[in-house]
Amino acid sequence: MSVARAETKPARTPRRRGRSGGKGEARFAFLLLLPAALVVFGVVLYPVTRTFVISLFNVDSPLPGSYPFVGLDNYTRVFHDPSFYGVLGNTLYFTLVSTGAELVLGIAVALLLNAPLRARWFWRSLVVLPWALPTIVNGALWRWIYNGQYGALNGLLAALHISSTPQQWLGSPFLALNMVIIADVWKNTSIVVFFILAGLQTISPDLYESARIDGANAWAAFRRLTLPLLAPSIAVVLVLRTIEAFKVFDIIYVMTGGGPASGTQTVAFYTYLQAFSNQLFGYGAALAYLIVLTVFALAMVYLRILRQGQMAGVE
Amino acid sequence: MRHSRNYMIAIHVAAVVMAVVILLPFAWLIISSVSPATDLVSSHVHWWPAHPTMSRYNAIFASSSGGGENVAANFRLAMINSLIVAGVTTAISLVVGGLGGYAFARLRFRLRRTSLFAFLAVYMLPPIALVIPLYLALANLHLLDSKTGLILTYCSIVTPFCLWTMSNYYLSLPADLEDAARVDGCSRLGALVRIILPLARPGLLTTGMFGFLLAWDEFLYALIFTSTSNAKTIPVAIAEFTGKYSSDFGLIAAGGVLATVPPLVLALIFQRYIVGGLTSGAVKG
Repeated sequence: MSVARAETKPARTPRRRGRSGGKGEARFAFLLLLPAALVVFGVVLYPVTRTFVISLFNVDSPLPGSYPFVGLDNYTRVFHDPSFYGVLGNTLYFTLVSTGAELVLGIAVALLLNAPLRARWFWRSLVVLPWALPTIVNGALWRWIYNGQYGALNGLLAALHISSTPQQWLGSPFLALNMVIIADVWKNTSIVVFFILAGLQTISPDLYESARIDGANAWAAFRRLTLPLLAPSIAVVLVLRTIEAFKVFDIIYVMTGGGPASGTQTVAFYTYLQAFSNQLFGYGAALAYLIVLTVFALAMVYLRILRQGQMAGVE
Repeated sequence: MRHSRNYMIAIHVAAVVMAVVILLPFAWLIISSVSPATDLVSSHVHWWPAHPTMSRYNAIFASSSGGGENVAANFRLAMINSLIVAGVTTAISLVVGGLGGYAFARLRFRLRRTSLFAFLAVYMLPPIALVIPLYLALANLHLLDSKTGLILTYCSIVTPFCLWTMSNYYLSLPADLEDAARVDGCSRLGALVRIILPLARPGLLTTGMFGFLLAWDEFLYALIFTSTSNAKTIPVAIAEFTGKYSSDFGLIAAGGVLATVPPLVLALIFQRYIVGGLTSGAVKG
C-alpha cells in the first residue's frame, strides 16, 4: 500500500534530472503545492502556535488582555487534577472496550461476508449503511432508543418479556458509558469490516485447501492461517480506531453531554468543558496539546506498521 | 470448494441476524419520523403508527419563515448550509489537493518527505487543539457564524486528505504516458492537465466523496463557530434540538433521515471504492 511506497520510492527516475534539471522540477512542484499550502497552513499555522502560547499563560477569559505567564504550570496541573484521572479512566475504558468490540465483531462480520453467501453484494451493501449515517444523527437516534420513558429498547425488552421495569439507560454513570459504547460500536464496526475484508480477499483459497488436506479443522485454519495473515490489517485498523476513540467528542456531546455525574466525560470533552464552560483557556490549551501528543505518538506507530510494507490486501 | 448444507444454512442465518441488527435502528429512525407525536410519547411503544404522517417532512420543506423558533425551517436552512459548505469545501480541496498530490507522486524536490508529513500532521490534529484561537481569529475577521468561515476551516482538514489520497492514486497510474506526452512536446502542466487528470477521474471522484463526507460530518468547529441559521450546519441543528427535552423526536428523526440521504447515496454509489479510499487515505476512520 502506498504510504510505504510514497516515502520509500522517491518520486521518479534520476534520468530526468540530467535532462530538464532538478531546478525546473522543483519549481514546478513548488507551484503545484503552493495553493494547497496556502489553504492549509494559512489557516492552521496561527492557531497551532497560538494554542501553545495560550497553554503557557493563565488565560481565564476570551477577552484580549495581559495574563500571567505560568510556564508549564498548566501541564503539571493536569496531573494534579483529580477529575482528570476520572476522565482519563473513562477515555481508556471507552477506547479499549469500543475498539476491542469493533475488532471482534468486525472480524466476524468480515469472515461472514467473505463466505459463499448468496447475493453477497447485498449483504456487503448493508454494512455500508451505519458507516454513512452521520455521527450526530447516530447519537441522537440511540439517545432516543435508550429513552427511559418512551424508548424502543425498554419497549423491546418488555415485548420480549425479558424485563418489564423501564430502565434509565443513560441514567447512571457506568451504565451510560457502556450504552454510548454500544452506539459507537454499532456505527464504527463497519470500518473494521472494510479493512479486514480487504485483507481476507488477498488470502488464496488454495492455502485453505492445503490446510484442509493436512487435516486442520476450521478453527485451527482460522487461528494458524487467517489470523497471522490478517495481522497487518488488524494492526492498522486497531491504531486508527484507537486514535479516533481517543478523540471522541461528538457522540458524547449529543448523547449524554458528559453526564451523568461526569461518568461519560472523555479527555476531548473535558478539554472542551474547561475551555468553553469554565473559560479556563490556558488549561484547556494544555490539555489539547496533551491530546495532540498522544495522537501523534499513535500515528507514529501507524506509519511504522505501514512502512513495514506488508499490509495485506491494501493496495 | 463445496460446502455442506448445514454450513450454508448457518452462514445465511448469521447474515440475516447481521441484517436485523443493522436495519432495526435505521427502521426505527424512519418509523419515528412518520409517527404522530402522540404515538411517540404514549405509555407503550407503538412499533408502527396507525396513521403515518408526513407532516414533519412537509414542515421542513415548506414552512415559510426561516430563523427564530421554527425548528422545521431551521432544519431546511441547516441542510442548505451543509450542502453549500461541504460542496464548496470539496471543490476547493479537490483542486488544490489534486494539483499538490501530483507533486508528491511524481516530482523530486527538497523537503519532499518533510512537507508531506507536515500536511499529514495537520490532518491528524484534533480540532479541539485549534478551536480556541481559531474562534478568536475568525471573530477578528468578522467570519464567525458565516459559511465562508466554515469553508476556510474545513478546507484545512479536507485538503490534506485529498492531497494524500490523490498522491497515492497518481502513483498507481503508469508513468510512461507522461513521458510520451512530454516527448511529443507537451509542457509539464500540459501533460498533467491533458493526460493525467482525465486518467485520474475515478480517483478524483472517490476522493471527492470522502472529502464531502468529512465536511458533512464535522461537528466541533461548526458547533463553536456558528450561532444562527446563517451558517449552522445540519449536525449542529440536530444536536441542539436533541438537547431540549420537551422536543418532538419525530422532527429530529425526520431531520436525521434527510441528513443521512446525501452521504448514504454517495456511499452506496462509491461502495466498491470505499475500502481503497479508507486504507490509502486515511488516518481517519
